[in-house]
Amino acid sequence: MNSVAGINIVRFILLLLVQVLICNHIDFLGYINPYIYIIFIFLFPIREERLALLLFSFMLGMLIDLFSDSGGVHAAAAVSLAYIRPILLKSSFGMLYEHQSIKFSTTDIGSLITYISLGTVIHHSILFSLEIFNISSILLVLEKTLFSSIFTIILSVLIIILFSRNRK
Amino acid sequence: MQQIFNFVIRNKTFLLFLLLFSIALALTIQSHSYHRSKFINSANFLTGGVYGTMNSVDQYFDLKTKNDILAEENQRLREQLLNTNTTIDSTFIDSTYAKEKYRVTVANVYKNSYSSTNNYLTLNKGENDSIKRDFGVITSNGIIGIIDNTSKKYSTALSILNVKSKINAKIKSTNHIGSLTWNGKSPIYVQLEDVSQFAPVKVGDTIQTGGESSIFPKGIGIGIITSFKSDISGDTYTIQVKLFNDMTNIGTVYILENIDRTEISLLEESNNE
Repeated sequence: MNSVAGINIVRFILLLLVQVLICNHIDFLGYINPYIYIIFIFLFPIREERLALLLFSFMLGMLIDLFSDSGGVHAAAAVSLAYIRPILLKSSFGMLYEHQSIKFSTTDIGSLITYISLGTVIHHSILFSLEIFNISSILLVLEKTLFSSIFTIILSVLIIILFSRNRK
Repeated sequence: MQQIFNFVIRNKTFLLFLLLFSIALALTIQSHSYHRSKFINSANFLTGGVYGTMNSVDQYFDLKTKNDILAEENQRLREQLLNTNTTIDSTFIDSTYAKEKYRVTVANVYKNSYSSTNNYLTLNKGENDSIKRDFGVITSNGIIGIIDNTSKKYSTALSILNVKSKINAKIKSTNHIGSLTWNGKSPIYVQLEDVSQFAPVKVGDTIQTGGESSIFPKGIGIGIITSFKSDISGDTYTIQVKLFNDMTNIGTVYILENIDRTEISLLEESNNE
């Protein structure tokens, strides 16, 4: 087993446990939780097969759903995020993505924040509209999306910066 | 044929996405109808095990509050015991009918959520302790929810903080009934709907379980009226109820089994035919 696969498996399990044991119980101001497990989808190796990313995202989302009794909302949101990831990469990194040479540990912080913010907002809006599943409470969906996104973006960027090794 | 294969191979990412997304969507829709979330729930060996390990560490942090709650409940029960008027019900001719009506099981809460609109609790008792669907869950303060799914060792309960939950309740002083629902906003307040305009509603009155359903016994506390307003139609009140239970901090619960439940439901079914 090579080290890239190893790192990703460890990341998968760690993020799953941190999400269900800690982040699902923060309940800041009553209902705001960060959903940091999507870091796995953000940092998945770019050169790998897209099908593998889709399958792994589905598995991760399904496991989160199992733990939080939420049907299939996390799986649906995670799969959607995995599917549109190339578009996000292209729009936030531009030429670097075309040359297949992005290293998340060395890219400049601005593009990284754009990438993560776009992805988080899309993921969260799918997540909460499926969870609440009611057009008449669209304000509640928007409110939850906005606040949780802010929380998730800040935490994700901090975690990625903290755990990337060779940033100058 | 060749073209079909080519099409599948060219669009394999999109087709896989579509497949996975529709599986997830189907599970989501299924979970939005009451009593249907059969496959994806936390009453299983994997999630139960993880939550159990976490709980065994976690429970030490609020032992003091739990002791206080227990002491308070003991005091209340002791008062009841000392002040009880010991008139034995003599109307039972055959003493075999005069048995208990509810069986009580103590369970630990392994997982509790209140931030989503569909909240569930995971409890550490399951089919091995003869826990079944539709048993009531209460604490010493009031009601918590209704058992939804069970596995061998664990069960999940539909919390009253779930937009799907609907529980029969009444105003203690006047016996006017309504149904208890939740609007998905604050975990401190629930709503009592469909209370008739004839009811003299007062702020500060107590809301209890109604005893019309066979899940909860009559007179288990729910909360206190904090405000009320007329419906759009003007026929009924919608009442804001502040819960007795702090739903954000539940450690130990009691699961209630109504022993006469099958008999009651059989009788009611025969009426409907």
